[in-house]
Parts: sequence; structure tokens; C-alpha cells
Amino acid sequence: MGLISNGTTLLDAGALDSGVATGAMTLIKTLTASSDGTLSFVHGASSVVFDGTYKEYIFKFINMHASTDNSEAQEFEFNVSIDGGSNYNVAKTTTTFRSGHNETDTTTQLSYVGSYDLAQGTGFQGLTEGDGIDNDQSCSGTIHIYNPADTTFVKHYMSNFNVYRHNNFSANWYTAGYANTTSAVNAIRFKYLGGNIDSGTIKMYGIK
Amino acid sequence: MAIISNAVTIADAGAFSVNLGSQVLIKTLTASSDSTLSFVNGSSNVVLDSTYPIYLFKFINIHAQTNAKSLMVNFSDDTSSHSYNLTKTTTLFYAYHTESGSSSALAYLPNEDLAQSTAAAEIIREIGNSNDDSGSGYMYLFNPSSTTFAKHFIARASVTQPSLAEDVHSTGYVNTTAAVTAVQFSMASGNIDSGTFKLYGIKDS
Repeated sequence: MGLISNGTTLLDAGALDSGVATGAMTLIKTLTASSDGTLSFVHGASSVVFDGTYKEYIFKFINMHASTDNSEAQEFEFNVSIDGGSNYNVAKTTTTFRSGHNETDTTTQLSYVGSYDLAQGTGFQGLTEGDGIDNDQSCSGTIHIYNPADTTFVKHYMSNFNVYRHNNFSANWYTAGYANTTSAVNAIRFKYLGGNIDSGTIKMYGIK
Repeated sequence: MAIISNAVTIADAGAFSVNLGSQVLIKTLTASSDSTLSFVNGSSNVVLDSTYPIYLFKFINIHAQTNAKSLMVNFSDDTSSHSYNLTKTTTLFYAYHTESGSSSALAYLPNEDLAQSTAAAEIIREIGNSNDDSGSGYMYLFNPSSTTFAKHFIARASVTQPSLAEDVHSTGYVNTTAAVTAVQFSMASGNIDSGTFKLYGIKDS
């Protein structure tokens, strides 16, 4: 790292690298939805790094809002690619559970959600369920993807979202699992099951 | 950032920057028999506004003065004299296991969630007050400055009670479209005997 002030190089040749803490969490890319069918992070495209540079990648989701389909069937979901985003269809085995509580205090839930897990399925994995589309409703959360560039192991992920559901529940969704491939995963795609991603921000970080 | 050597400014004026990482420590509060600890935007160097889209609170060895009392959180949308009374709907479940191995469970706790309540929300439940008991964990608060969406929060904590380990998951939303400007922590009763609260901002760019 060089030290440059007002266009003048004061120090160079990496002399500062060992002495300046640069933090372990690096923002790689931000995507902001605006009625998009999908949002994808593809290694090597649009300044996205999604390879062996980092052993862990974290995606953060801020107020994801669906455009349509204000129903139980709506879900925010993801899939991964091993061919640079040409196909998002990697086999996954996953688990899903959630807790929920409604605003009228008449219902609580804590249960495994068998209809949302995958057993070697190549389809998109749901991260939420029943997302509301009222103006103040959305979901926010996080996904961790571990060592996507590895060519020995399958690729683990873990996610946790809080959802303001269409029927005025607060729901806490957990999914985890693995993309069952020993090929490098080099792209990831997010979308809603029905309709577009009306708005929301997805931020991709690498963990050193 | 300036570089100053022996009181002589070598470089200044923000003409260069160093990437210091995306998780920025904003404020640390250390409890010492406090009834409340608050992070208020614009006060005591606290930033809790649109500067960051995500804020992360970390709780380290929170120790209760009174046995089996929970750490609670509430939020304010005031800009000056803060009232911590925003409406929230939350969920709370936990897993526990005793040191003797005689008992364990995974359960929803319907008496410890909130349904459109302005009361404080439980995030670390029933912390023991033996000397070696405490609770540690985190809470994410998403986009508190939004004036469109309700404000999601996600908390998880590991708790020790006498001879018991708990994993507590508490999430929900602050059901307001006003900007949240302050966050306050307290015990369900009694004081926060000791512990460290750290507030981080997750950078937007």
C-alpha cells in the first residue's frame, strides 16, 4: 500500500501494510433492487470477487420487498452456480426451521418446515416465507457462504432472516445446508418466488 | 485521517484514505450497576442514523444484579428527550441443557414475546447472578433510519444460569416508519451489574 496525499506519493513499496490494521470484513459489492426479476453476484463481473480470495462470504439483506404475491406462498430465495452464472441449478440438501408470532398475540410457532427444505434439489432454496408487500413490510437478514472456491468439499451455507409477513406475523427463519458439489461455486442469485424484487439492498462482504 | 509525527502534521485534509474494514466500532459502554445503558444518536459520539444501513450490538458477559432476570431492549424515535416505548412484535425461542445432562429442550416461549407492545423486548433471558454466570451475544438492527419500513432486529445469546446453558433467539420488528434514533438496554428488574456493550456500524460503501 502506498501513502499518497494530494497526488504526491509520500511512502510506497508496501511499507505500511504490516502496520495499518485494515479490518477483516471487506465490502465487495452492493446491489440495490428496483423491480428486478433477479439479483446476481457473479465472480469477475461488475467488480464482484467470489472465489478463493476469501474463505467466507457474507451477504446482508436490508428491507427486501416483493412487488407482488402477498400470500403464504411468497418467498425470498437463492441458488448458486458453478458455471459463472449460466445456470443456477446446483444440488442442495438443506434444513429449515422458524419461529413466528402474530401482532394479535393469538398464534405462536416454532417448528421444522419440511416443505421448505431440499433433498438434493436443484431448485431455489427459500430463505423466508409469506413476505408481506405492504409499504412497511419487508425482510432483512444474512447468509454466510463458506469456502465457495474449494474443489474438495461441498459448500456450506447458513442464513437467518426476520420477516414481516403478509398476515402481520414476525417470523424468524433459519436455513442451513450445503451445495453438494466439489466444483467451485462462482455465482449466486437471489429472487422472489413470485414477481419482482420491488426494492431492497443486498451487500456482499468477504471475510479475510 | 492525518499522519502526525512528533506533533508535526505530515499529511492531512483527507486526501488519502486507508480501508479500515466494513465493521466499524462506534461506541463501547461498560456497565457498573447501571439501571439502563443507552445508545443515543448524536450523544457521546454515538452514531445511529443513516450513516450505516446495519448496526450490530455485541453483549459480552452481561451480569445481572438480580438472579434470573433478563436483558431487555427498547427503542426510541424521539430526537431529543427520549422515550423508549416503540411498538414491537417479536418471537422468542430457546434451547437449553443442564450441566448434569438430565434435562434439555427446544421451545417457543409465548410469555416472553411481544405482540404490538411498547414494553421492552427480552433478548438475553434469565441471566444467573452467580459470580461466573453471564450472557453474551449480539443483536443486528437493520436500517433504523428508514422512514418507509418497520425496523427488523435479530438477536441471539448464549446464557449461563446456575448449572444450565441456554441458546436464546429473539427477533422482531419495531413497528414504526419513523426513524429509530436510540436504543436502550436494561434488566427486567434490578441493575445491569456488569458487562460490555459494543455498537458497530456495518459500512454502506
